[in-house]
Amino acid sequence: MRELMTGNEAIARGAFENGVTVASGYPGTPSTEILENFCRYQGVYAEWAPNEKVALEVGIGASMAGARALVTMKHVGVNVAADPLLTAAYTGVNGGLVIISADDPGMHSSQNEQDNRNYARFARIPMLEPSDSAEARDMMGLALEISEEFDIPVMLRITTRVAHSQSFVDLKEQVTPSLREYKKDTRKWLMVPAFGRMRRASLGERMERLSRYSGKTPVNFILPGDKKVGVITSGVSYQYLRDTLPGASVLKLGMTYPLPAGLIRQFAAGVEKLFVVEELEPYIEDFVRGLGLNAKGKEFFPETGELGAAPVRRGFIAAGVIPEEASAPVPQYQDMPAVPVRPPVLCAGCPHRGVFYALRKLKLVVTGDIGCYTLGGLAPLEGMDSCVCMGASIGMSHGIDMAAPGLRGRTVAVIGDSTFLHSGITGLIDVVYNGGNTTVLILDNSTTAMTGHQDNPATGKTLMGKDAPVIDLEGLVKSLGVVRVRTVDPLDLSQLEEAIKEEVTASGPSVIIARKPCVLLRRQTGSPVTVNEEACTGCKTCLRLSCPAISVNDKKCSVDPVSCIGCGLCPQVCKFGALVAAKGGGAGA
Amino acid sequence: MRSIDVLLVGVGGQGTILASRILAHVGQSMGYDIKVSEIHGMAQRGGSVVTQVRMGEKVFSPLIEEGTADIILAFEKLEGLRWLSYLKPGGSMIVNDQAIYPVPVLAGLAVYPEDVTGCLSARVKDNAVVDALAIARDCGNPKAANVVLVGVLARRLPIPEEKWQEALAARVPAKFLEVNRAAFSKGYKL
Repeated sequence: MRELMTGNEAIARGAFENGVTVASGYPGTPSTEILENFCRYQGVYAEWAPNEKVALEVGIGASMAGARALVTMKHVGVNVAADPLLTAAYTGVNGGLVIISADDPGMHSSQNEQDNRNYARFARIPMLEPSDSAEARDMMGLALEISEEFDIPVMLRITTRVAHSQSFVDLKEQVTPSLREYKKDTRKWLMVPAFGRMRRASLGERMERLSRYSGKTPVNFILPGDKKVGVITSGVSYQYLRDTLPGASVLKLGMTYPLPAGLIRQFAAGVEKLFVVEELEPYIEDFVRGLGLNAKGKEFFPETGELGAAPVRRGFIAAGVIPEEASAPVPQYQDMPAVPVRPPVLCAGCPHRGVFYALRKLKLVVTGDIGCYTLGGLAPLEGMDSCVCMGASIGMSHGIDMAAPGLRGRTVAVIGDSTFLHSGITGLIDVVYNGGNTTVLILDNSTTAMTGHQDNPATGKTLMGKDAPVIDLEGLVKSLGVVRVRTVDPLDLSQLEEAIKEEVTASGPSVIIARKPCVLLRRQTGSPVTVNEEACTGCKTCLRLSCPAISVNDKKCSVDPVSCIGCGLCPQVCKFGALVAAKGGGAGA
Repeated sequence: MRSIDVLLVGVGGQGTILASRILAHVGQSMGYDIKVSEIHGMAQRGGSVVTQVRMGEKVFSPLIEEGTADIILAFEKLEGLRWLSYLKPGGSMIVNDQAIYPVPVLAGLAVYPEDVTGCLSARVKDNAVVDALAIARDCGNPKAANVVLVGVLARRLPIPEEKWQEALAARVPAKFLEVNRAAFSKGYKL
């Protein structure tokens, strides 16, 4: 059967077909749907781990026990999992172990666009790069085979356009999963220095064998063509190249670590001009030049952002390969009106909105974190000063507290429930242990909202849909030694403001848990707010809430009754009583 | 054959995904190779959304480049204007005559341009302006506006009507099928 699948669906399918029985990961765009699809297959186990490090450790354990295992994460998640990753290369595997790194060139939904191909080289683990869904499914199977044959974890590196583009996959039957026998072998699995040195030597031998394999694997192949121009490429860049230079000779690399030196030399010898077309860093190009070959790459093709057929074409025009007149110019339209941007915004009724309104009003320095609530930093809410990585808010706030007495009592860390469990807890331990004064606002909306509402240890459900114990956030932070802990309704502005004012000035660490489920989970259809036009002075204070349901036309406020769910926030900011909550609505509705 | 490249643009929540699923289903039943690309994650929260559908004998890139789309299906008119440069010379624009104000406009920080559909008509010879919401409401459910637009699109593609009817039956939940069939027909006959 032939099915149109995204790359993520195809990876889940490939894992199922090839007998993976254990999968773990942490949600992160563009990787999230892999486990959401995999968990639906019969007879498999899949879970959301609290973070990527734990997820990989679960995968290593499952592999050690003899199962085929899959671990998924976005590119920045690999930073979190890097510690076990670099040593898992030493231990190797029992059952096949595959790590998905889903990179996000162009930063569609990420804080950076690091090129994780460097991780394969850094950790010395083989890496495969599919360029469409069919390859993603096939390479999932191949990765498991390589992992078991060479006793090493394998990275399957995808990018947003592979993860989220659909193309055809011919479905195959599932091979019956089998569990390899577990035998105690401390020289392989117990990485103390003496055994680590032995495994380091073994890793060198394994990489040598893998280098030879890379030269003969069918996923590294030459597509013969015009001998004047030869192009080495991998991943989705291959697709852009085929649209741009259909006649060129191509060396398509499906396995990009270790790179096949012999095959590259052979290919280079058969063409007049050699190019490398790759997204992000000159990863392949540096290797090819290191072989002493004169390859052109980043001189003509961009090193940042997503590639596409157009940038590839522009590069080949600049390199004199495609004549300029052969490509149709992009139409230019004269006298176009300015098109306003349409940035993502917090939804109408979002419980985060009140928090950022209050923080801005109180003129606090706010160290932020990763989630929907990062949108609270954008105009007109502008209630956040920084966002660096998962969990950074708390450590940064403590750093500010220790560095600048003038900012003490004026700084708050803001972090979501899932992000707090991911990597906020250790930051809070640091604050308590070292006698800091940081105030932490945990925005508990009872889900991992930004990535599409995944469950987490605070929601009471697992990825497999089973009931789970709900983490008691108040109890957790108290047990860490935080004495000042309180829970507020983020849509009750006066209660919220009072709590923040008290806690930022109090000495010692404080935690305020702002608890209200995500509006998209509540599916609330409360009565919309109405406008008393006579009372409205057109002051536009309500617009600072950045609510998509509120606008001001002809100096009068108006509320869109379709998108307003009656969360009750805006009546609290209107000094003139012009915004009227429906009876029975109001704060906390 | 050259590929058929269709760009579906709109605002999160307008039903662009169902429309692209119907289109891909039709393409599959025609035996085309297909690539569909969309962006998830942060872009969904009320931001601009775009789905790219490419169909043909063999399709490589999942992306439609500027100046090459055969048809742009704009579920919101400002989004039609935003993506206009992606339309190939002589291509068709189908624009839903609906305005959804971005937050910077609501906040008075930016201006929603006047006469967007007129601006498009002045630049695109085949610019079909459709009041899809009103048509869908007449059919019994405003949520079928996306399928009205699919009907308008169907008329412009070299694919027989019965293929579209099959795709509707396969992709639309049974209890909404009747109203969506009506919505499709109204669009198809425009």
